[in-house]
Amino acid sequence: MPTEWTVRAITRAMLPVLLVLTLVEIGSGLVLGQFEAQLLRYPSLLALVPVTIGTAGNLGSVLAARLSTSFHLGTLSFDIDDEHLVGNAAATFALALSIFPIVGVGAWGLTALVSGVRLSLWTVVAISVASGIALAVLVIVVTLSATYVAYRFSLDPDDVVIPVVTNTCDVLGVVVLFATVQALL
Amino acid sequence: MTVRDVAREAYREALPALAASLVGGLVAGVILSGMRAELRAVPGLLVLVPALLATRGNVYGSLGARISTALHQGLIEPRVRGGDERLRAAVAAALANGLLVSTFAAAAAFAVLTLLGDTVAPFPILVATALVSGILSGVALAGVVVTAVFAGYRRGRDPDTLVGPLVTTTGDLFGMLFLLVAVRFVLAVAGVL
Repeated sequence: MPTEWTVRAITRAMLPVLLVLTLVEIGSGLVLGQFEAQLLRYPSLLALVPVTIGTAGNLGSVLAARLSTSFHLGTLSFDIDDEHLVGNAAATFALALSIFPIVGVGAWGLTALVSGVRLSLWTVVAISVASGIALAVLVIVVTLSATYVAYRFSLDPDDVVIPVVTNTCDVLGVVVLFATVQALL
Repeated sequence: MTVRDVAREAYREALPALAASLVGGLVAGVILSGMRAELRAVPGLLVLVPALLATRGNVYGSLGARISTALHQGLIEPRVRGGDERLRAAVAAALANGLLVSTFAAAAAFAVLTLLGDTVAPFPILVATALVSGILSGVALAGVVVTAVFAGYRRGRDPDTLVGPLVTTTGDLFGMLFLLVAVRFVLAVAGVL
């Protein structure tokens, strides 16, 4: 049923979800706080934060939206050789491989121009690409599981899966970036 | 369709939106990396960053989706002037929710950091920063979303495909830019008081 267009009705429909999502995002903020000293020392790593979160969330929401459409059209089956499942997962991986090298070069280059860098270009690109590959795998696992759960419980994947996946992938973006920085620096 | 066809189509459809949000995210990142002095001066601000950015995306993405659905259904006219009552209610609700959630995020971050025994800036500084940045970025984003969705619709573009990339790009960018403006403003005012 569509929400009535009043401030009260819109707020009642949105606010509870927004408050829960905010708590989830504070969780990812706390992970950022854990390596704040490193981020402040290396500005190019700080520059990676919003774009890594955003790209991870977008990869998840695109995959979730596409699986949800296939699901509604009845063309999706949870089978290891289902072409929609495998094809969309492969596209997510290919997108991550195309985007994350640009993320690394862009973050390093722009930081070098604006505030100076302390890490080499290769370090920043390696951190970005390694995070991107790990994130692609996690995004695929999280999105397929969430879509499968929605399917088993006959929930509409549009309502549930997309917000859950987007915000989970936001958090995973920060966690994976943290883990990669600890492993590579 | 083979796996290869599905993958190729999915890749082509998603790439432009991802590239747009890549630009917004990179500019936001550069602003964040230029904010190191403010991040040191206001401990806890970095913890707030993901929540504030996500709130901009969630609130104004939903506003854009609502307006584009209403345009498809003929519920509203694609005109800013003349002040359609429903449009005003939707924008007011987005602003109100954005401010409420930003304040809640600041309070939650303060509470969690205090409980963990971490250093955290005074409560009024965090809340004032979240509020001022919420007002500034809210007004800017509502303006951009409404005008861009209307302009796209009048030129025969499907507003549904515009909203996602538009909000992820401008949300990060304005969210971070106005966070910088807000924290500088609040620190200046706090310095005077």
